[in-house]
Parts: sequence; C-alpha cells; structure tokens
Amino acid sequence: MDFYQTLKIALRALRTNKMRSFLTMLGIIIGIAAVIAMMAVGAGARHVISQQIASIGSNIILVLPGSTTSGGLRTGSGGAQTLTSDDVRAIMGECPSVEMAAPTTRSSALLVSGNMNWSTVVMGTTPELFAIREWGVAAGRSMEQQDVDSAAKVCLMGQTVAENLFGSEDPVGKIIRIKKVPFTVIGLLDRKGQSPQGQDQDDAVFVPLRTAQRNLVRTQTPNSVGAVMVKARNEALLGKAEEEIQSLLNQRHRITNGKEADYSTRNLSEILAVAEQSSRAMSLLLGAVASISLVVGGIGIMNIMLVSVTERTREIGIRMAIGARKGDILLQFLTEAVLLTMIGGVTGIVLGAAGATVVSSILSWPTLISVESISIAFFFSALVGIFFGFYPARKAASLNPIDALRYE
Amino acid sequence: MNRVIELSDIRRVFTMGDQQFAALKGVSFSVSPGEFVAIMGASGSGKSTCMNVLGCLDRPTSGSYLLDGVDVGGMDGDQLAEIRNRKLGFVFQGFNLLARTPAVENVELPLIYAGVHPRDRRSRAMVALEMVGLSGKENNHPSQLSGGQQQRVAIARALVNQPAVILADEPTGNLDSSTSEEIMNLFTSLNRQGITIIMVTHEADVAAYAGRRMTFKDGLIIDDTN
Ligand SMILES: Nc1ncnc2c1ncn2[C@@H]1O[C@H](COP(=O)(O)OP(=O)(O)OP(=O)(O)O)[C@@H](O)[C@H]1O
Ligand SMILES: [Mg+2]
Repeated sequence: MDFYQTLKIALRALRTNKMRSFLTMLGIIIGIAAVIAMMAVGAGARHVISQQIASIGSNIILVLPGSTTSGGLRTGSGGAQTLTSDDVRAIMGECPSVEMAAPTTRSSALLVSGNMNWSTVVMGTTPELFAIREWGVAAGRSMEQQDVDSAAKVCLMGQTVAENLFGSEDPVGKIIRIKKVPFTVIGLLDRKGQSPQGQDQDDAVFVPLRTAQRNLVRTQTPNSVGAVMVKARNEALLGKAEEEIQSLLNQRHRITNGKEADYSTRNLSEILAVAEQSSRAMSLLLGAVASISLVVGGIGIMNIMLVSVTERTREIGIRMAIGARKGDILLQFLTEAVLLTMIGGVTGIVLGAAGATVVSSILSWPTLISVESISIAFFFSALVGIFFGFYPARKAASLNPIDALRYE
Repeated sequence: MNRVIELSDIRRVFTMGDQQFAALKGVSFSVSPGEFVAIMGASGSGKSTCMNVLGCLDRPTSGSYLLDGVDVGGMDGDQLAEIRNRKLGFVFQGFNLLARTPAVENVELPLIYAGVHPRDRRSRAMVALEMVGLSGKENNHPSQLSGGQQQRVAIARALVNQPAVILADEPTGNLDSSTSEEIMNLFTSLNRQGITIIMVTHEADVAAYAGRRMTFKDGLIIDDTN
C-alpha cells in the first residue's frame, strides 16, 4: 500500500470525527505551544544575560579587599581597606598575564546641581577602568592619567545621574557639588544598562582616584583602595592571571599557609556561570511542565486511538478479508495517530510563536523564536504520535480477521 | 484433473470456556475450476464456518486445505492475506462495504493492498463496476445505494483483482426476490467467464442457478449432487 493512500485514509478518518480529533489534538497543541513559548522566553532571557555580561567587559577578575566572604559578590564594599594603590601598581607590573588593572574606591554621596540633587554612588578610579569595561563617552572626554596625577576635581557622569540632575540638558562643562566639593563634569558616559545583578550601571559618577582618596573617602592610609578590576590578556589566561595575582598579593601581604587571606579574587566567568545556571534551571522547569502536558496529550491520543480501533473493528476485518496485511493496518493507525500529533504540533508551533510575540510586545520581555526550537517541537510531536499510537495500532493489526469481521 | 479447492477431513472445534463444540466434523470435498457450487443446509449446520475456512479467514482445527494445489495450512498471516487478496473474492450477506467511502474506492481496496499503481487502479475499478452494471454510481457512498446496488459493489470488489474463486455467504440473504435474481444472473455470467463460484444459500430457487449442490448437516456433508 502506498503512502499517499495511507495518508488519505487517515485524513478521512480524522475528518469523520472532526470535533473529537480537535479535542484530542488540544493536549498536543497546548504542550507544543508551551514548549515553543518556553524556548522563546528562555532564549530571550539568555540573550539579555549575555548582553549584560558583555556590558561588564570581558576577561575580568575582581580583587576584593577584606576577608573572603563566600556567597554573594560584594563589589567594592569590602569592610577592611586592605588593598593599596601600590598593590595595584604591583599587579600591573609583575603579573605577566594581566593586561591592566584599575583600582576603585566607592562611596555614596549626595550630588547637588543648582536646586536639583541626586544621591548616588561615587567611584574613584583610573582611566584603565574605562578601557577594561570598554566604556566610552557619549559627550565630552573620558578620564586621563593627568586628572589622576593632579587630583583634579573633575567627574564622568552616568546617564541616569545626568537625567536626574540635568534632564535633557548637556551636563558637560557644568559644575556639580559632591559632598559639597565642586567638581566639573568632563564627560557623559555611554549607556550601559543593567548589570547581571540587576543594578543600574548608569547610576554612578566617576572621579579620579586620588581626588576621591583626598576628598571623598575616609581612608586608613592615604593610598588605600577598594575593589580592583583586572583584565587578563585573553580568556585562556584568565585562570593563570588569577593565580599570579593571588601569589603576588600573598607575598606582599605576608599571607602564609594557614593564614586567612585579607582579600579575595573573583573571576567574572563564575558570575556568568551562575547566571547561565539559573536560566538553565528555569528552562528545565518550563521544559518539565511542557513535557508533562505532552505526555498527558499523548495519553489522550492513545485513549482515542483505542476507542477508534474498537469502533472500526469491522472496517479492520473487511480490510483484512480483502488482503490487508498486519503491516498495512499497523501503518494505517500509526499514520492516523502521527497525523493527529503533527497537525496538533504545527498548530501549537503557530500558537506558541504568536503567544511569545504577544508576550514580548506587551511585557516588553525579550523573546527569540529559533528554527531549532521549531524543529525540536515538530520532531517531538511526531515522536509522541509514534510512541502513543503504537500500542493501539498494534492492537488493531493483531486482530484476527474472522473475529474482526464478526464484531458487532 | 486439477482441482482449485481440495478439502480433506476438515474439522473445526470451537472452545468456549470448558465447553467444546465441533462445527465441522470431517468435511472433505474438492472443486474443479469453473464450477458453480451452492451450499445448503439448516441453520447452524456449519456452512459459514466452512466458508471461513475456504476463505482463509479462519484456520481449521485439523485436516488439510489445498488451494490451487498449495497447502495453506502452513502459511503465516501475511501469506494468507496475500492469498485472500489475489486468489479469492468475498461477497458477504451484509455487503461489508466501507461506509462514507465512494463505491469506486470500495472496489479499489483489494488493488490498493495488491500494490497496483493508482492510475490502473481507478480504470480497473471502473471496469469492474461496469461489469456489475453500476456505471454512473461510482461516486455514491454505500448509504446512497440500494441493497442490490450495494451487493453489486461488493461483487465488483470481489472480482476486481481477477480471483480464481469467488466465495459468497448468503449473497442474496438481505435482498428481495427480483433483486436476488439480478445478482444470480450476475454470478451466472461471471461463472461463464470461467470464475469458480461457491455460494451459501437457504433458498432452493437461488441454489438452482448452481451446477452443483451440497447439503450440510451437523458439520458434515450429507448430499452432493451435480
Ligand atoms: N466463534 C464461534 N464460537 C463458538 N461457536 C461457534 C462460533 N462460530 C460458529 N459457532 C457454532 O458453530 C455452528 C455452526 O455455525 P455456522 O455459522 O457455520 O452456521 P451456518 O450453517 O452458517 O448457519 P446459518 O445458516 O444460520 O448462517 C453453530 O452451532 C454455531 O453456534
Ligand atoms: Mg451462516
């Protein structure tokens, strides 16, 4: 029996019971729509995370002062000020895998401009920071080494701060007061968006390190710094650079075996791994929900196919009496089941894609519908049909011709 | 002389729980090509059981059955399906057509399972429908045909694959006498073209069309006259 004929018979059988076929498909439609929507949202989330990771900069190691705290990443707010500008200079000079390093100090301060004020984070740093983070200026100029050397009272402003202090006005050249000290705005930074931790990276101002050390942060020693951001020469050297920094700092801080280090290092690829892990856990959960609904849909298909085999026992008998082989009957019912799930699958793909598009436009939630996810969904719907259609089809094929013909 | 059908000592015992019932108790007969045989006998005498064995729909409990000189006893399900498809044609009392399927597609069915090319299928089915006088009704579904017309579709289906033998179990059982006559005339003309026909009937006037009449009683043949 040729395939076209098998398909025709199966389609006719499905058309005979339109409503029943539709209801049977519904489980598959919902399951596949869920799979497609889930994958679209998951892919969208992963895309956003990778963008955020890229916004921090690549091949970055953080060196944090204070004793090691396991758990959350505490950028810059180390309790004890154990790192100094000299440490940073040593890291740059003595660690061959390190391309550059940027010290930071961090404090909160109230910024005032005219009658506007805004409370934000003030970071003291060196020009290297903007190179490490690949962060350019939208207007004005970036920080230069001379600003640091001369402890100039200048600052770079994040977009969020600029909006809150100056609205749509250009802040470059304006004077603001940070902790009552007047600073000239030399540049407006590009927009960075959210960090993977959900912080607004544009809600900050940056001042030369030495200016901060002198005017803004109360330090134990004049040259102590907070977190240090280090860039390795390339991704392959990331681990090596971390080791070099550790052995250098251990030596400088006289940390021998058994003594707890007064700093910690953190590789940003770890953060990426955590972010990826949580997005994978999310996908897995949604995937489990989707596969449960597919299994439930498949059981529905199996149930209806069993009913159909019973209803059509006489038809099976007639077909056998005029020469249908076991294989012909098996294929006929299997085709019917697979057709049910594939039509359901295609409908589900369309609905899922439409649903994801609607979600992304209403909630401005990013979604990505990939060819890959569509082919996976299509493949799975066929698989469900084969799996759950096989038992009823085999039951039909193993009927005895005379018993099937006599069936009332 | 060669025989198209040779039954020897066929027994068919039905087992229901711990009860056993012998519907055929040792039936032996043979049929030559081109014969027209009528099988008669009281209700429950084993006629249908015998037809089912002849049609390779049922297997005998014991005894041997040679069809065209080939022993069908040792064949598996798929081989029997092929025998039914190529050598035998069935006509049932209840027509047994597929509902919601046009007449011509019902007639095409044996050709589909025989693997005949779609183009030839349609033309051969149309020829068969013409032979039974149903040209013009090929697109009617069974529910849009009279009883006699449905039975003629069933006969067209039985002969479309040019079988050696047509087996008919009470083909006129559900038809009135004038329609029965039409069907019997059809069988007679098919028989003249060389097709062997074995037919079960309760009616003497229907049996009169056959050249040979056998009578069953309690699972045995008690009479066989030419
Ligand atoms: N599947 C079965 N299981 C048990 N007994 C059966 C079965 N089929 C037939 N019989 C018995 O075998 C006997 C012969 O039945 P069969 O159908 O061959 O009769 P028949 O001669 O065709 O009768 P009728 O003229 O009424 O059609 C009957 O007594 C019947 O009860
Ligand atoms: Mg009978």
